Amino acid sequence: MSEEKEAVTGMEAPIYLQYNFTAGSAPARFLKRIREGVLTGQRCPRCANVYIPPRGSCPACGVATEEEVELPDKATVQSFTVVAIPIPNNPIKPPFVIANLVLDGANISFIHLMSECENADVHIGQRVQAVWKPESEWTYAMDNIRYFRPIAEPDVPVDMIGKLPITGWEGQG
Amino acid sequence: MATLAAVVGIGQTHYKTRRGDVSIAGLVREAAVNALADAELGWDDIDAVIIGKAPDMFEGVVMPEIYLTDALGCNGKPMLRVHTAGSVGGSTALVAASHVQSGMFKRVLTVTFEKQSESNAMWALSTPQPFSVHLNAGAGGYFAPIIREYMRRSGAPDDVGIKVAVKDRLHGARNPLAHLQLPNITMQEVEESMMLWDPIRFLEACPSSDGACAMVIAADELVGQSPKPPAWIRGVAMRSEPTMYAGREEVSPQAGRDCAADVYSQAGITDPRRQLDCAEVYVPFSWYEPMWLENLGFAPEGEGWKLTMEGATSLHDGGDIPWNCSGGVLCSNPIGASGMIRFAEAARQVRGDADGHQVDGAKLALGHAYGGGAQFFAMWIVGADKP
Amino acid sequence: MTAMKEIAVVAFSQSDCLPKAGAANEVELIMPQLRSVFEQVGLNNAQDVDFVCSGSCDYLQGAAFAFVAGVDALGAVPPIKESHVEMDAAWALYESILKIRMGQADSALIYGFAKASSGELPIVLSQQLDPYYLAPLWVDSVSLAAMQARLLIEKGLASERSMAEVVARARKHALDNAHAQARGEVSVESLLAAETVVSPLRESDCAPVADGASAMIICTVEKAREWGVPYARISGIDHRIETHNLGMRDLTDSPSTRLAAEGAGMQHGPVEVAELYAPFSHQEIILSRALGLEPDTVISPSGGAMAGNLMMASGLSRVGEVFRRIISADITRGIAHATSGPCLQHNLVAVLEKG
Repeated sequence: MSEEKEAVTGMEAPIYLQYNFTAGSAPARFLKRIREGVLTGQRCPRCANVYIPPRGSCPACGVATEEEVELPDKATVQSFTVVAIPIPNNPIKPPFVIANLVLDGANISFIHLMSECENADVHIGQRVQAVWKPESEWTYAMDNIRYFRPIAEPDVPVDMIGKLPITGWEGQG
Repeated sequence: MATLAAVVGIGQTHYKTRRGDVSIAGLVREAAVNALADAELGWDDIDAVIIGKAPDMFEGVVMPEIYLTDALGCNGKPMLRVHTAGSVGGSTALVAASHVQSGMFKRVLTVTFEKQSESNAMWALSTPQPFSVHLNAGAGGYFAPIIREYMRRSGAPDDVGIKVAVKDRLHGARNPLAHLQLPNITMQEVEESMMLWDPIRFLEACPSSDGACAMVIAADELVGQSPKPPAWIRGVAMRSEPTMYAGREEVSPQAGRDCAADVYSQAGITDPRRQLDCAEVYVPFSWYEPMWLENLGFAPEGEGWKLTMEGATSLHDGGDIPWNCSGGVLCSNPIGASGMIRFAEAARQVRGDADGHQVDGAKLALGHAYGGGAQFFAMWIVGADKP
Repeated sequence: MTAMKEIAVVAFSQSDCLPKAGAANEVELIMPQLRSVFEQVGLNNAQDVDFVCSGSCDYLQGAAFAFVAGVDALGAVPPIKESHVEMDAAWALYESILKIRMGQADSALIYGFAKASSGELPIVLSQQLDPYYLAPLWVDSVSLAAMQARLLIEKGLASERSMAEVVARARKHALDNAHAQARGEVSVESLLAAETVVSPLRESDCAPVADGASAMIICTVEKAREWGVPYARISGIDHRIETHNLGMRDLTDSPSTRLAAEGAGMQHGPVEVAELYAPFSHQEIILSRALGLEPDTVISPSGGAMAGNLMMASGLSRVGEVFRRIISADITRGIAHATSGPCLQHNLVAVLEKG
């Protein structure tokens, strides 16, 4: 009848599910402003720390954060890594630098790309500034900022990273 | 007062890239059957089943306790499914233990698993979320910068991670269950392997494995029914902290330190390095060994790497506090099970049942698991002696 | 064996049942309910309880680790003892009771939440089924429930009319429930006039799915007295799961519910109220029969899940609704039921009594 067939040892059973995502209220406010090219953080009413991107609550205190704080787009490198393997769904080609950056006036870091630099020169305490995509390309996304590039400002001492005011850093100790 | 409980049976599967010979149900049943056999018990001797695994999105089975009822002999019994991100293997063991320690059950079966070959973990961990305010850089992208900060603070030499990578694989070569069998691995080979997320090289990172781990935990009054020596549960603790908050100490998370302090105080430990005989610690990237040596109080701050470099954590170098004699997460990593494997391997040590990777005369051992952004911790201490 | 600690429920809060929560993420859904239960007892945040346990399901939100975001709502600095089950929060309540009974906590915060509106829930739930044989068939949860209803009707244990009566009663009860999504005086005839959607089920036979959260605080009876707050005792709690093979179950009965009720000690006193988590009208009929409820037991006076089905929280809410009625002195004893899985595969029963 039929020839020897190999036993079935597995099968592909793809799963397709559709979801309608809505941003939370606090992220939505953040994304609306970033679409206008403005970075905003939120201040915790209890501990006064500024969170960007905002999460709707201060995770340490467990209270809602409401007060919006406009922040400049300069930051300090808190730490970094050079990535050799591609991020799924991201077109950027390795090796590239991703860094934990703390914006002036903010008290936590977020991860973003760094470029216009030698990977080997990136270091903790380095001062960087955002390079934005052209305004016509701005949407509701953090990647309106293409990457951060080093700027000519003195390094920030490690114990001051995450504590700089909105006015920034002129190299004072 | 908690009811005294002990591990009376342990079962694991071989950890492999792909277990093409069993379904998910078959995989968990294999570990469960092994645990029951180890305890010389049958399915009817089990009062409840507690399972745990990493996110459902890995294998695409929503709430798998529903599907796995029959594979685990749970028809008509209570079944619970724990999910605490990467620490889930450990926290599942703790929840299982609490079933007995609360006095509500006499004997339970607990199983954790991951069938990574039937899952797409990379995808599940980085599904692009619309309106995400973050760049998702994967696990390595998250941990590498933290490791870099540890290196800066401690002034550790560059090859500490390499030393751990070699040590754990040599340990794994003594464990026939381990996924990576690399008995001839050298420092040079690790150093020359591809850099993934600087400073983490390919051979300094964990594999992706299929596997399951199971234990039978019994109340004091039933412990004697199983023939092999029990591993008495001397301390259990879990702690969580938020992923990110202003001023968070990321290199040595407070949650880890607090969890360790809690479990040590329950077991009467004031000097972990001296009083513990060995430890199975969740080290998925080699540099986490020196970091956890400090976080867990085995070494003062900034000096964990010294213990590693002097061979203190190495079984074959005759170290006084061998870590991960089973080969650890660096040799086998079915994500949902990895935490429980640590807990189970610690129990094997104090039962004198760790075969080729046994620490002679081990009486007190630590099992440790962590997950999320190093924010969820689960630990236990098991001992050969009844408290 | 030492005497087991008595467990008291001291606070409960539930969000309004919304068909779509809209612009609200996990933290924003959970926080108001946490605030409410903390306020009921006079606490600040998670630092003031000994243990926290939550229930949620990643697949409902479409994001792995959805529950991790919830930790941000707690105030978990310094670090807290916290755990999570990928199940309805009724099972998080269960885990918390174990923790208290083993002596590692005197109090616990429990919460459950979901934004099921993000996805197509019945289709998402089809992926709970055996991944090799059943899930690839994409049999959604409503279709499975419909088959169960058909079996019940064929056996003469229910009819489309008796199912509609369940719905009408639930909606009427829900008039007293400020959080309900579906409430009102509706006649059985008007319900029956609608077309079936998945025969023999009508849309009205399916509990309306809601986004939201509910939260609860439990503690030892000693702690409740120390805090000086009214409480209800959980005198028993048990849960059981049945075989996954639908063909091997008698879908017209719920043996696991019966076993769980017995294990929880339901039979040791009057059951004045039974809050049942029945996502479909015919399932209330099955549960009521399986439990052998007397005619004078009031079933789901809150309106139950029929008033609004908060996924991952409806089970906890059933316990909360019985608690509310005990501390308001409406009743002295009642049971709460939670379910999970296709066609009532997994069931939990808790018995609550006046303190």
